[in-house]
Amino acid sequence: MARINLTVDGQQVADDVEPRTLLVQYLREQLGKTGTVIGCDTSNCGACTVHLNGRSVKSCNVLAVQVDGAEVTTIEGLAAEDGTLHPVQESFRECHGLQCGFCTPGMIMQTVDLLAENPSPSEEAIRLGLEGNLCRCTGYHNIVRAVQHAAGTTTETSSEAGASA
Amino acid sequence: MTATQEPTRQAEIGRDRRRKEDQRLITGRTRWTDNITLPGMLHLAMVRSPYAHARITGIETSAAKASTNVVAVLTGADLGEGQGACINAWPVTTDQVTPAHLPMPTDRVAFAGETVAVVVARSAAEARDAAELVEVDYEELPAALDLKEAAAAHENGGVIAHPDLGTNVSAVWRFDSAEAGTGGDVEAAITEARAGGILIEREYRQQRLIPAFMEPRSVVVDPTGEQITVWSATQIPHILRFALAATTGVPESKIRVIAPDVGGGFGGKLQQTPEEMIAFAVARRLGKPVKFTETRSESLLTAHHGRDQWQRLTLAATSDGRVTGLKVDLLADLGAYVAIVGGGVPVLGAFMFNAIYKFPAYQFQTTNVLTNKTWTDAYRGAGRPEATYAIERLMDELAAEVGVDPLEIREKNWITHEEFPFTTVAGLEYDSGNYEAATARAKEMFGYDALRAEQAERRAAGDRVQLGLGVSTFTEMCGLAPSRVLGSLNYGAGGWEHAEVRMLATGKVEVITGASAHGQGHETAFSQIVADRLGVPFEDVEVLHGDTQISHKGLDTYGSRSLVVGGEALVRAVDKVIEKARPIAAHLLEASADDLEFKHGQFSVKGTDAAMAITEIATAVFAAHNLPDGVEPSIDSEATYDPVNFNYPHGTHLCAVEVDTETGQIKLRKYVCCDDIGVVINPLIVAGQVHGGLVQGIAQALWEEAVYDENGTLVSGSFVDYLLPTAADTISFEIDHTTSPATTNSLGTKGVGEAGTIASTPAVVNAVVDAVRHLGVNDITMPCTPERVWRAINDGSSGGETPEAAMPHFDSAEGDVQ
Repeated sequence: MARINLTVDGQQVADDVEPRTLLVQYLREQLGKTGTVIGCDTSNCGACTVHLNGRSVKSCNVLAVQVDGAEVTTIEGLAAEDGTLHPVQESFRECHGLQCGFCTPGMIMQTVDLLAENPSPSEEAIRLGLEGNLCRCTGYHNIVRAVQHAAGTTTETSSEAGASA
Repeated sequence: MTATQEPTRQAEIGRDRRRKEDQRLITGRTRWTDNITLPGMLHLAMVRSPYAHARITGIETSAAKASTNVVAVLTGADLGEGQGACINAWPVTTDQVTPAHLPMPTDRVAFAGETVAVVVARSAAEARDAAELVEVDYEELPAALDLKEAAAAHENGGVIAHPDLGTNVSAVWRFDSAEAGTGGDVEAAITEARAGGILIEREYRQQRLIPAFMEPRSVVVDPTGEQITVWSATQIPHILRFALAATTGVPESKIRVIAPDVGGGFGGKLQQTPEEMIAFAVARRLGKPVKFTETRSESLLTAHHGRDQWQRLTLAATSDGRVTGLKVDLLADLGAYVAIVGGGVPVLGAFMFNAIYKFPAYQFQTTNVLTNKTWTDAYRGAGRPEATYAIERLMDELAAEVGVDPLEIREKNWITHEEFPFTTVAGLEYDSGNYEAATARAKEMFGYDALRAEQAERRAAGDRVQLGLGVSTFTEMCGLAPSRVLGSLNYGAGGWEHAEVRMLATGKVEVITGASAHGQGHETAFSQIVADRLGVPFEDVEVLHGDTQISHKGLDTYGSRSLVVGGEALVRAVDKVIEKARPIAAHLLEASADDLEFKHGQFSVKGTDAAMAITEIATAVFAAHNLPDGVEPSIDSEATYDPVNFNYPHGTHLCAVEVDTETGQIKLRKYVCCDDIGVVINPLIVAGQVHGGLVQGIAQALWEEAVYDENGTLVSGSFVDYLLPTAADTISFEIDHTTSPATTNSLGTKGVGEAGTIASTPAVVNAVVDAVRHLGVNDITMPCTPERVWRAINDGSSGGETPEAAMPHFDSAEGDVQ
């Protein structure tokens, strides 16, 4: 067992972890941060994406012992303390960028990182930026709309946003 | 009692409401099955066969049992009859050959990935570690892997997937229009076309696909308390409860099944799985809650697959391209076991090969074959994508043969809008549709004529990158179905759906549906329906589902049935609430019930301004202080609705691709569709269903395939190898709708969940073939990889790994042998 101290969603936490424990397992099983989910075992799907010191990582690809002293933000810590949604969360709802919602935590966390790096991405840049996050429900169309909406690069917000390219 | 002006309110139906479901999903406040942790909960890991077919000669569990924190290691023999069985709900013929399917077999495994032992430990990691220590001795047996070889094995001494059965043929199911009295003799039509018309003979491959829902399957079973509670990532909590009870002997009333948040299904969670059965048995045996969550690799390997057919097709037409007959001969790979719908999947396609066209004669036959591969079952569209692919590819081939535009040949043969309702050669009655209108709108959005002109220019110039345009004018049947029709097809269950409306004392409304959503947005769309019909605010409606103690009755969600069947049940339950409230309203308003009218949530007395809201009546009923004599103090209502017909959405899909003739690379350029799904409840949700459906169908055309090696090992068993499309692979779509309301339900709705998937696959392949047809290509095997496209261009094959298999195979002699 190794002792780790870190900040998760603004809270100081400390735990003993097995050296082999993945960050995502630590978040889900020890911290109860079940908002972050596991979709695969090969680091392809991105459902477990969180922010580590402000940048997106696939938390299945990081050991818990590696995050000692770090700051981790999950989907559960993205909204403001008063419950106000992060603009990217709001955009995914507004543009119907989710259906079953399983990929959504990772998709939103990746989008936040994408927009931090490139606040006005082209459609191509959005699609390339989300390439590491799989969704089986939406066909990505409305996810791309949601990212554009969050970036302010589209004015479409009604159903026409979904109904036309 | 209140006297109010007639309130004005915006209609909810047709409104692009943002989803009620989303708040919890975008904030991580979710309840996936794997999130559930119970006191004392134990974790399971499965020991799975690496062999496609083998005899189990010994299982050594002592090392695993001795591991720290391991509680038990159990085999099929240990669990015995208590493990129950996996059921087939649809024996398609009375003499169907159905291998017994134990969740954990005791003596023989029939596909790679089958569970032979289960390890129970205090943590999932410890269970998996110990599973590695279980030593299983296998005596490997020859495996039936190739579908065609397996189909013929009983005749030529080939390998039998289940040797004791003596055959791999599970069932042969046939429909013939001459025998059924719904049309003419297909052989006569073929003979006539061979003599003086056009005969299109093709063999198409429907590759094996994996549903690949994003949430891996997970099950938690809590045997403490009087009822055994099962949480499962399933589409079918009600059917699962039935199957658990029916095969384990535990009374149905002692089992509660909950489908909490479920992360996608696409048919892939329409199953009673061995893992659910094993978890149920282990929990009962140990008396402790247990959880099993599969890894992605386990999911791809063992959750049922979809499609996997060879389609031998003969289309007869007159020399000017009017269709005269269609003969379909399928081989369908069921995999190692006949799954819950199983052999019914190809049969669901039987009525759809004739599609929107006026075939005078039709014959369909499917031979359902057992192999030593993962079992197959419903995957988005289930039988109908296969049918649509075949007919839409054939119509393009017919157009090429006649030398006209693919849309022209379709228009020549489709049912015109004046001809509805139309009884097809397959015996179905299409209630409504307008293929002309949908096609005209799609062409307009697509810029069809301009793209055809560009294509001609590129061809004339001999461009390296050629443009191809693909057409798919699909229809499908959904909303399965009148129970008596399902009964006549030997299906084990009905096709009804149940709904309840509870009027709460505080004015809120609880709606219970037997449908079980897993991403479809029922909570939102059903709230809209109830809000409009009951005249209550959208926000005041709470939709409850997916828990057999709350929704005690239902047939769950698949086959695009939730709205067209479940929605209608809901409408009828709401109407009963209003009728139960009417005499109470009359009593409280001191008026005759005949003088009341119900509108916008209020009963008003005609000719006066006296009115009372239905929510006020609910409160009055709760108090029950002042009700008419003999009236029970409840206006809650329920309804069970059995549909009177299937439901027939349709649409025109147009796809443009660019094909690099030197590399075989395909680039999606434009995709446009105009679907007629009747009256739309929520256009935002509908658009989402269409987009997602399109990409799943496009993925079949271009990317996805479950591939086995010669030993029966799935080599596309991870997301590294199974090519789920990413955002970077796909494009944005242009979608629109025409509206021919369904005439068989109150709201005029049609299903939309599967439409995009059913329509898009042939649209894309037609586009790819169209791009290179002038180079001598008339087929490319799916998925149309760059290699296959390149090979098709360069050696005139379909680019598949077995080029001879795709050659025309019906000589005149063989044409009679069916």
